Amino acid sequence: MADQPTILQLNDITKAFGPVKALQGVNLTVREGEVHALIGENGAGKSTLMKVLSGAHMPDGGSMTLQGKSFQPKSPMEARQAGIAMIYQELTLALHLTVEENITLGIEHKGFLGKVIRRTAEVREALEWLGQHNIHPDTPVKELSLGKQQLIEIARAIILKAKIVIMDEPTSSLTAEDTRALFKVIRRFKERNIAVIYISHFLEETMELCDRFTVLRDGKTVASGEIAQTTMNQIIEHMVGRSVQDLYPKIPHEMGEVVLEVAELSDRYLSGVSFKLRRGEILGLSGLVGAGRSETVRSLFGLDKAETGQVRIKGHTELKAHYLEPKTALASNLDLLSEDRKEEGLALGLPIFVNITLSDLKRYSKTGFLDLKREVKQANYWAQRLNIKCHHTEQAAGSLSGGNQQKICIARLLHHDSDILFLDEPTRGIDVGSKAEIYRLILELAKQGKAIVVVSSYLPELLGICDSLAVMYRGQISPVRPVKEWTEQDIMRFATSGMVNNEASIG
Amino acid sequence: MVSILNQKSIIIVSSSVESKTPKAEADTQAHLHERSRQGMNLKKVLSQFGPLIGLVFVVLLFIILAPSSFYSFYNIKTILTQTVIVGIAALGMTIIIISGGIDLSTGSQIALGTVVIATILNMGITEAGAASGGYVVLAALGGILACAVCGWIIGLITARFNLTPFIVTLGMMQIARGVAKWIANEQTVATPVNGLQGLMLLDPNPSWMVFGWGVWITIILLILTAILLKYFVFGRHVFAIGSNEETARLCGINVSKNKIWIYTIGSLFAGIASIMQYSNLTVGDPTAAMGMELDIIAAVVIGGGSLTGGEGSAMGSIIGALIMAVLRNGCNMLGVPNYVQEIIIGAIIVGAVLIDRLKHRIK
Repeated sequence: MADQPTILQLNDITKAFGPVKALQGVNLTVREGEVHALIGENGAGKSTLMKVLSGAHMPDGGSMTLQGKSFQPKSPMEARQAGIAMIYQELTLALHLTVEENITLGIEHKGFLGKVIRRTAEVREALEWLGQHNIHPDTPVKELSLGKQQLIEIARAIILKAKIVIMDEPTSSLTAEDTRALFKVIRRFKERNIAVIYISHFLEETMELCDRFTVLRDGKTVASGEIAQTTMNQIIEHMVGRSVQDLYPKIPHEMGEVVLEVAELSDRYLSGVSFKLRRGEILGLSGLVGAGRSETVRSLFGLDKAETGQVRIKGHTELKAHYLEPKTALASNLDLLSEDRKEEGLALGLPIFVNITLSDLKRYSKTGFLDLKREVKQANYWAQRLNIKCHHTEQAAGSLSGGNQQKICIARLLHHDSDILFLDEPTRGIDVGSKAEIYRLILELAKQGKAIVVVSSYLPELLGICDSLAVMYRGQISPVRPVKEWTEQDIMRFATSGMVNNEASIG
Repeated sequence: MVSILNQKSIIIVSSSVESKTPKAEADTQAHLHERSRQGMNLKKVLSQFGPLIGLVFVVLLFIILAPSSFYSFYNIKTILTQTVIVGIAALGMTIIIISGGIDLSTGSQIALGTVVIATILNMGITEAGAASGGYVVLAALGGILACAVCGWIIGLITARFNLTPFIVTLGMMQIARGVAKWIANEQTVATPVNGLQGLMLLDPNPSWMVFGWGVWITIILLILTAILLKYFVFGRHVFAIGSNEETARLCGINVSKNKIWIYTIGSLFAGIASIMQYSNLTVGDPTAAMGMELDIIAAVVIGGGSLTGGEGSAMGSIIGALIMAVLRNGCNMLGVPNYVQEIIIGAIIVGAVLIDRLKHRIK
C-alpha cells in the first residue's frame, strides 16, 4: 500500500466557529484506493473536517490538495464534481422514489425541455458491481432493507465516478449481516482505485476493515499510520490522550432477592420470554438487531404492548403484561433508557433541566403548581453529579454532544430513582471517555441495589460489566447464565441459530 | 407585566440559579464560556423581546407617519379593543401550537358561539324587551360550552385515532360553520338588549376602569395562560409533547389525555372570544369571523410560536395580535388601501418566521 500515490493531502487545516476552534491544525494524507480510518471522540472535529472536505464549510487556514491540484470546494456541488462523495449516518434517500431515481437524483441527464433520459443500464451495472443483481432499478427505495438502502447510496457514489467516498458511521444502524456485506463492497473499492475515508465508533470493525488511520483529538491530528502496526489500546490512548487501563471498572456488588419476574411474554416479536432479575444484578441481553431485545424491555415498560404474559414486580401484585403503561411502570419503580436518544429519549428543543425532571414532575408540584427553583436546583445537582458539560441547565438539550445528551437521559433515570432499570444501548454513538463514565455509573447503581437490564449490540461491553447474560434469537430468550459461563462462541451460536450448547452449560 | 415578558418559552427561569462549571475545565473554557454567554444573551434578547421590538417599531413608525390622532388616548383604546377577539383566541391557539398542533376551526367556532349565545338570549326575553340576567350568564356559558365541545371532539379524534390536527380541524371548520348556520337558519339572529353587548365598549361603565371590559378580560386571561404554561405541570406537558411526543410518552405522560385537554382548553378561549365577537356584533352571525383563524395563527407565529411545536408564549402571541391591530389601524389613518395592509401583514408573517430562523442559527 505504501507505494500508492497520494490522492488527497490536507495540511494544517484550521476552522473556527466564532470563539469555538473546531479544527486547529489537521493533517490528513489519503492514498489512492486505500480505506482510511478517521478516528476520534465526539467533538474531536471529525464532522467539521468532513464538512470542510465536502464543501459545506470553508476552512479558515491550511491547504488541501486533491490529485496534485489545489482543492478549495465552495459548495457541496463543487466537491461532488471534484470526485468526493459523502455518505451520511442518516441516509439521505427519498424513500418514495425508485432506486434509479434516487441514484441519479440531481445528476439526471436531461433531454428536450428537461425530460429525464433514463440511465438504467448504468444503474444496473453499478448495482451488479455491488453484488446486488436482484435489486431492480424501478423498485421504490422504501421497499428495501436498511442495509440495501445504504448500498443505493454507494451506487450513487459509483455513478458519480467518485475518487473518494466518505462514510460517516455507516454501520451504526445495520445488522451484523448487512455490515459484512458492506465491508465486502468497501474492500472492492480498491479495484476501482476509490479511496474511502471511514468514520466509526466501532473500533474493532474499523481495525478489521481499514488500511491506515488518522486520529483526531481536540481538532488536531495526533497520530496516523498503518493499522497493521498498531493496537487498539494504542489508538484509544491517542483518542483520549491518556491510557485507558480499565474501560470496564470492577466494582463489587451483591445480588439479593428477585425483584422482577417475567413469564411468557409474547407478541408479534416475542415468543414466551421469561426471566428473573435480582436486586443488585446487571443482566445483559445480547443478540442480533431485531431478535427482540429492545422489544422485550419496551413491552415491559409499556411503550409497546405485549399481547400475553405476566409480570411480577416486587412489592406489587402480578400484572398482565398488556396492562403496562409507561406511567404505571414508572409508578412501579421501573424505568427505561431509550435506545433512540434523538427521536425518543430527549426533547432536544427544551432545556436540560426540563428533560431531567420530566418523568417525575410530581415531586415539584402541589396541586399542579411547579416549584421551579427547587426543580432547577435538583436538575443542577444531577448535571454536576454526572459531569454533564453545559453552561447551565437552562440551555437546550440539543446543544450538547451525544455523550452529554446520553448523560441527560441517564440523569432522568437517576432523578426518578427507580429500582429496576432497563438500559437499551446505553453507550451507542458516544465517545470512549463517556462510555467509561457510563459503565462506572451502571456498576455503582448495581452496588446501590438497583436491578439493571442492559441491552447491547456490543458484546465486549456486556461481557465487561454484566453479572449474568441471556441471548435472544427471533423473539426467544436463552436461559440466563452467569457471564463467566458464556463463551463468545456460545453467544454467537444462540444469537444466530437459537441453539444452546448443553455441554457447556453444565458447569 | 415584567414577569410575563419573561415568559417566552420556559427556557428562561431565573438566571441567578446556575450550575457551576466543573472546576477542571473552568480555566481553559473560561473565555469560551464568556463568549458563548454573550451569544446566548443575544439569542435570549431576540427570542424574548423580538416581537416586542417589532411592536415598538410599528408604533414608532406610525407616530412619525400618521396624524397625531394615532397616538391619542382614544385611538389607543380603539387599538386595544380591536385586539381583544384575536388576542383571546390566540392565547388558546398558543397552547395548541406549542403542543405541536394547530386549529383551523377557531373562526367557525367563534361564529357558532355567537349563534348559540344569541339563541339562548332569545329564550329569556323579559316583558320589558330585554334579556333576563340569568339568561345572559347562561348564554355566555352556552357559547363557551359550544366551542369547548368542538375542541373536545377535535382532541378526542386527534388523540385516539392519531390523525393530524390539520385535517381534523379542517373538517371541524366546515362542521362548526354548518352547525352555526343550521341553528341560525342561515341568517343573523337578532337579540334583545343585554349586558353582554357592553363588553366591547371603548368607554367602560364605570368609567374608573379606563379600558373596556374586553381589554381587562384579555389581560387577565393573558396572565392566567402565562402562569399555566410556565408554572403548571400541564403547561410543562404541553411543551414536552410539542417538542418530542415520544419523549413525553417515555416519561409517563398520558399524551392522549393531554391532547384532549389542550384542544378543549384552546376552544374554551375561542368560546370567550365568541362572547366578545357577539358583543361587537350584537347579533348572532353564522358567517362571522370567516378566516379569522388565520389571523389568530399569524398572531401566535409573529409572537414566536413555532408550528413544529415546543415554542411559543402567551405574551408573544398577544404582542403578535397587537402588531397586526396597530398596522391595520395606522394604515387606516393614513388612508392606505385595504389591499396594501394585507400585503404588509403577509410580509410581516413571513418576516417573523425568518427572524425565528435567524434566532435559531445564533448559538
